[in-house]
Amino acid sequence: MPPLIFSLQLAFTLAVCAFLIVPVVLSVLAGLTVNYFVGLESGLTLKWVIEVWNGYRDTLFRSVGIALACLALTLVLGVPAAYALARAKSRLGRAFEELLMLPVAVPGLATALALIASYGALSGFRTSWAFILVGHALFTLPFMLRAVLAVLSAIDLKTLEEGAASLGAGPWQRFVHIVLPNCRDGILAGSLMVLTLSMGEFNLTWLLHTPLTKTLPVGLADAYASLRLEVGSAYTLLFFLMIVPLLLAMQALARPRRRRFIPADDTDLAPLALKP
Amino acid sequence: MNPVPLAIRLEGCARTFADGTRALEPLDLDIRAGETLVLLGPSGCGKTTTLRLIAGLERPDAGGRVLFDGEDVTARGIEARHVGMVFQSYALFPNMTVAENIGYGLRIRKLPIREQRARVGEMLAMMRLEALADRAVDQLSGGQRQRVALARALAVRPRALLLDEPLTALDAQLRDTLRMEINLLLRGLGITAIYVTHDQAEAMALGDRIVVMAHGRVAQVGTPRDIYHRPASAFVADFIGTMNRVRGSETADGFACAGGRLRLPPTGRGAAAVMFRPEDVRIAADDETADLAGTVTASFYLGDRTRLFVDIGDECPLTVESSARCTFRPGQAIRLNVQPDGLLVL
Ligand SMILES: Nc1ncnc2c1ncn2[C@@H]1O[C@H](COP(=O)(O)OP(=O)(O)OP(=O)(O)O)[C@@H](O)[C@H]1O
Ligand SMILES: [Mg+2]
Repeated sequence: MPPLIFSLQLAFTLAVCAFLIVPVVLSVLAGLTVNYFVGLESGLTLKWVIEVWNGYRDTLFRSVGIALACLALTLVLGVPAAYALARAKSRLGRAFEELLMLPVAVPGLATALALIASYGALSGFRTSWAFILVGHALFTLPFMLRAVLAVLSAIDLKTLEEGAASLGAGPWQRFVHIVLPNCRDGILAGSLMVLTLSMGEFNLTWLLHTPLTKTLPVGLADAYASLRLEVGSAYTLLFFLMIVPLLLAMQALARPRRRRFIPADDTDLAPLALKP
Repeated sequence: MNPVPLAIRLEGCARTFADGTRALEPLDLDIRAGETLVLLGPSGCGKTTTLRLIAGLERPDAGGRVLFDGEDVTARGIEARHVGMVFQSYALFPNMTVAENIGYGLRIRKLPIREQRARVGEMLAMMRLEALADRAVDQLSGGQRQRVALARALAVRPRALLLDEPLTALDAQLRDTLRMEINLLLRGLGITAIYVTHDQAEAMALGDRIVVMAHGRVAQVGTPRDIYHRPASAFVADFIGTMNRVRGSETADGFACAGGRLRLPPTGRGAAAVMFRPEDVRIAADDETADLAGTVTASFYLGDRTRLFVDIGDECPLTVESSARCTFRPGQAIRLNVQPDGLLVL
């Protein structure tokens, strides 16, 4: 490649990266500067981070709690559902699969309004974090289901199960010994997806929350709207600290697993050792 | 040490699938304890369905019964039938190593760990897989996978072994070797075995008896010799080996046809067609009398022999074999003698 074209491409790539990364860096820095309007000369401080920690700690814990509960719910519902769909290769099953994508396609606002219209009157439920959990589960379930289903469809599940059955394994043993381990990658990918989505969900949660059930993104919006820019930025920083490890783990999972290569051919297949 | 082999009996077992496909017409079949029975037939004739009925992976239509040693097991699922099964795709568990695959049935049966280990070791040694015990199954060659599948099915010492085209996924040379090994193995174990294949050479080599199937029906049951030399129908005759067919009419002293006269012993039925195998035809020397005269239309050198197509004026040319050393040109006149005891009338 001519060096000129290469330099241009490199410059373009760097420019795009800068365009995406600079705001993030600025936001993080804003959370650490004493006075953002004066600039970095005003010095670096953890004051804002501490302020956010003291004021909004509960939203952080609530978000983590909801995300974990949501994960548990999607695992319990999504994995068996994916298994059932993978086994039932009927047209009805496929239609059902499409239907499950609906909560993703429908705007979060609409889902939230529907939930409020249906269950808003149950005041105990309406004011608890479980109300938000239901919204999150609705929204994230399709991601779990899809991730598991993709893995299950790629293996010959029916024959594997028949193989296990021929060795005496009952339905539950087959599910635990064969099905679950073989869709482990799908479950892991789906789990990280669900955690990340639930943690960052704003649309639905904005409508479903009450002053006592704020989640982290909702608190973040509050902070930006009503407090100093530095506080909002410090808040963002905390959010990053939680979400980035999840994203990294997701990346690591998406990479195809590399196996030790062991050449296998049949030329060295020794004859059976049969007793006479 | 080997378990007592199982006698299996199918009574009026038909199978109609949910979409209306009639895969199997009502079928009666007796499988003797300890024999190797081969189910042979073209694709879609119902071999796999029959095997799955025996295994318990399919249920027969109402009225059909599956009996193991006289006991009705029709309602039992495969988990409770204790038959070993080797699948065409092997169905090895990708989440387990070779040793774990082989030991899975023992684990399900909750054998003491020590005994599980011993039996897995025994199977690994017999199959010569010791070095691969801890390898993942996706790091095995085709032949090795096949052996793991066989070992896994045999580890639980089933009383019957069901094999669905276990060699089809392998290349031709390996197939020949493994076919011999499986043959020795089945005979050594004395186990009842039901072996599905569409390869007639495999069926001949392995079967104590062969069930030839066509369109969901049994066309013939018999020893390989019976099937080859005394086919019960034109379908069986054509499906197994090569068969020549000559039309004509039976006369007082034989069978008159295009190209000459065959020395057919009187049948008393007025045969209108006669069949014979290429190996029952001899090319007549110049000074000999001959049954048939014709011309060579094509000749194929096969290494160990030469295969000739000979036109005698009938619809289909005859297939004839000669020793590899003789050469023939297309168009050359040729005279043939057919062994009288090789002539078949259906
Ligand atoms: N689950 C099913 N639903 C509907 N039809 C089926 C099903 N399984 C098999 N069939 C049909 O039943 C018939 C017999 O099938 P079977 O698998 O027993 O044939 P086979 O002799 O094993 O053939 P092959 O040599 O191709 O494996 C075929 O026509 C097949 O299409
Ligand atoms: Mg088949």
